[in-house]
Amino acid sequence: MSVMLEPNAAQIKEQKVYQQMGLSDAEFAMVEEILGRLPNYTETGLFSVMWSEHCSYKNSKPVLAKFPTKGERVLQGPGEGAGIVDIGDGQAVVFKMESHNHPSAIEPYQGAATGVGGIIRDVFSMGARPIALLNSLRFGELTTPRVKYLFEEVVAGIAGYGNCIGIPTVGGEVQFDDSYDGNPLVNAMCVGLINHEDIQKGIAKGTGNPVMYVGAKTGRDGIHGATFASEELTDGSDKNRPAVQVGDPFMEKLLLEACLELIKSDALIGIQDMGAAGLTSSSAEMASKAGSGIEMDLDHIPQRETGMTAYEMMLSESQERMLIVVKAGREPEIVELFEKYGLDAVTVGTVTDDSTLRLKHKGEIVAEVPVDALAEDAPVYHKPSAVPAYFTEFQQLDNAEPKITDYNETLTALLKQPTIASKEWVYDQYDHQVRTSTVVSPGSDAAVVRVRGTNKGLAMTTDCNSRYIYLDPETGGKIAVAEAARNVVVSGAKPLAITDCLNFGNPEKPEIFWQLEKAADGMSEACTILDSPVIGGNVSLYNETNGTAIYPTPTIGMVGLVEDLSHVTTQDAKKAGDLVYLIGESFTEFGGSELQKMVEGRIFGKAPVIDLAVEAKRQQEILSAIQQGLVASAHDVAEGGVAVALAEKTFGNGLGMDVTLSGSATTALFSESQSRFVVTVSPEKAAQFEEMVSDAKKIGQVTGDNLVINGEDGTAWINGSVAALRSAWKGAIPCLLKSEA
Amino acid sequence: MKFAVIVFPGSNCDLDMYHAVKDELGEEAEYVWHDSKDLSSYDGILLPGGFSYGDYLRCGAIAQFSGVMDEVRKAAEAGKPVLGICNGFQILTEAGLLPGVLLRNKNLKFMCRTVGLKVENNNTLFTNEYEQGQEIQIPIAHGEGNYFCDDATYNHLKENNQIVFSYADDFNGSRNNIAGIINERGNVLGMMPHPERAVSDLIGGTDGLALFRSIVKQWREANVSHA
Repeated sequence: MSVMLEPNAAQIKEQKVYQQMGLSDAEFAMVEEILGRLPNYTETGLFSVMWSEHCSYKNSKPVLAKFPTKGERVLQGPGEGAGIVDIGDGQAVVFKMESHNHPSAIEPYQGAATGVGGIIRDVFSMGARPIALLNSLRFGELTTPRVKYLFEEVVAGIAGYGNCIGIPTVGGEVQFDDSYDGNPLVNAMCVGLINHEDIQKGIAKGTGNPVMYVGAKTGRDGIHGATFASEELTDGSDKNRPAVQVGDPFMEKLLLEACLELIKSDALIGIQDMGAAGLTSSSAEMASKAGSGIEMDLDHIPQRETGMTAYEMMLSESQERMLIVVKAGREPEIVELFEKYGLDAVTVGTVTDDSTLRLKHKGEIVAEVPVDALAEDAPVYHKPSAVPAYFTEFQQLDNAEPKITDYNETLTALLKQPTIASKEWVYDQYDHQVRTSTVVSPGSDAAVVRVRGTNKGLAMTTDCNSRYIYLDPETGGKIAVAEAARNVVVSGAKPLAITDCLNFGNPEKPEIFWQLEKAADGMSEACTILDSPVIGGNVSLYNETNGTAIYPTPTIGMVGLVEDLSHVTTQDAKKAGDLVYLIGESFTEFGGSELQKMVEGRIFGKAPVIDLAVEAKRQQEILSAIQQGLVASAHDVAEGGVAVALAEKTFGNGLGMDVTLSGSATTALFSESQSRFVVTVSPEKAAQFEEMVSDAKKIGQVTGDNLVINGEDGTAWINGSVAALRSAWKGAIPCLLKSEA
Repeated sequence: MKFAVIVFPGSNCDLDMYHAVKDELGEEAEYVWHDSKDLSSYDGILLPGGFSYGDYLRCGAIAQFSGVMDEVRKAAEAGKPVLGICNGFQILTEAGLLPGVLLRNKNLKFMCRTVGLKVENNNTLFTNEYEQGQEIQIPIAHGEGNYFCDDATYNHLKENNQIVFSYADDFNGSRNNIAGIINERGNVLGMMPHPERAVSDLIGGTDGLALFRSIVKQWREANVSHA
């Protein structure tokens, strides 16, 4: 093979080689000052990847500091592989969501698959057994072959990895909008269960203890993946295909089982996933957290390819690897444990007391860098922020109803919008039942997974309406958290905490940074009021294609606790004769709505308003009513308004509804006002329910085969067969893809 | 009755099989790692679903060479019940314990849903608790569940009543909607659907329970004199 000569230290400076790795002139000068000399090629690589936005959060740190991260139940907040929340009985839930957007834009199958693999490792590196996966996806409208290809391959990649490793994919969401045409979003979330005593940390403690490398071998895939993730996409991004990792779910299944056996051993001191920035981040962070150093001999790194350089090994993002620190002298039993699964477990270094990451290769020292400089001392930027012109303009606009004539046709058309349409085509490809604990499968508001051996369950969801956030980031940020909480509450659970993926454009543009700041303000306020702290997540910036940013999309992943499985509630109407209630008022609010987008072809105006005090009160009342067994079915009102929410309630069991709404037809049917719910209640429980849920208004009852929605004057606004509406809703995505239903 | 749940590297429905037998039936079950050399202490052998060896090469193609497979053959020869579900069925066909082969689903996609199954033969040790012709609802989850065999094999299966379950509707392309078959002797059953996912009202319904009950009932009747 050809050998590419690495530039020497002087050449790196003179020819500004560091710029290609993502370091700025000022950052390179900082490195020079920290080291008191010029860095060599490998060292420049270490700094560039650790100081990338993906690893250091250098642009987003001031924003992340806004989030409430503490709570009575929080056992581990942001900073480790995943956050941990107590669920009682000595158990805890571990969860995190992470983005894999750029890899998925270039190589969708592997990009999505390794996104799933990475987030699973984050959870089991904490010592937890992964029990469920969710994913939040965004694509352009399904009108071009490229977007259809991205959609089909991303779904196949998620299915390929999750199904093979045997963790059920129980929920998530998919939304479609032009703004994601060239830059799809793939946010994967993993939820795990752990006993308190098994909680692990990524630390390298105890001078002289061996540092061991376990799992798959290191190859040249994914080199500089974290740096690639911190750049905008361009037409030339295809050349970064080698920066996309390749996943092997079988290998990860073996690694998962081996690691869960390992955490039962008292020989283990620390464990961390080799995720973004691979060996570099795992070693530097484990040492930095423990106040120690690490010395590694790269000759011992298990390698898949020949002739790998120190630079390549340190920056490779090969998948399915972990770095562990164990008690000195206990190596043989670790080797034996991993051998059972056919996996490498090799001593590659030792813990030192000099706070330095020292790397040897072929008998020479090839890097010598303070660990804190890599893990902690990345510069933090307070980016300038500016109010975008569009926001000022939109705030001046008065709320108005889009002009529609035929309400029946409009409802059918809305049900066929891919964002609203059934996602069965997607989740049919995911094994959502393996581990036989999925109580509520994909398709309802939140998935519910039982906690085996108890009568408890965990409700989980992902949510984010980015159109509202684009129109008004602060309000939209509140809505994203509130909607996630609504989905958890209507499923019968109390929200515990959230994880988030902050997917935004280029933060160096003041208007984009403003979106990020404001969205975080809104999210923080909602998290505080709804008692749901942020326990982890990630930031994905530079989501732009050829200079155009995606809509700001801070995806929320929320987990709630079902205290008793008898509380589990789904959205489907259960029985003819049950009463239908609407909770919450409908205002003329169409900014960012599905109806506005469908009728006008674009979004504009103000986002719907939200009063978080009202939201919290309604959620509390509905949860109490559910817990007391008063609610037969419950659903939040989201995209497409009350008409779509009612239609969705009829599809599961094929029951109809006959309801009467007040006010103007377009607003009553399709407005996207916030903090609204539709529930059904059996007649004998009606009085108790009305007493408990103060804003509940009876609007009609569950019937046979038709969805009938009348105005107060008796005009039939909507009158359609549930079967026909369901067929439009169910067939829309397969039809768009022109694949077999 | 004591069951062995065989665990190959990459099996992932072993837990479900184990809990179905232990929690829902109250029978004994143990996980047995794929290199085990002795299954003589078990009364029934369960080969679970999943992705043994990552489905690399071909589903079940590598697992058939696992050390434990000689023991599975011995158990089959001794007349013990051997049940292979999903990947377990694929392994049994690859190992030659059952005829035919599982191809990719006709739409080339993985599918996970609950489907209608018809009990084609209730006169087996696995199905005696069902009615002949009964339609049951059982979850499926597979990418390669499209059963194929040649005409001679099909005719043979048909003549010997070896087709035990068929799908109510064709969704994966299986020949004559075949969902599960038994060997000539009647003690080795392979099926793509997952009865172990239908053993509780909370999860997936209870239509799978009768299959496990049939096995236990038959065993009790045969072994009652030894008790």
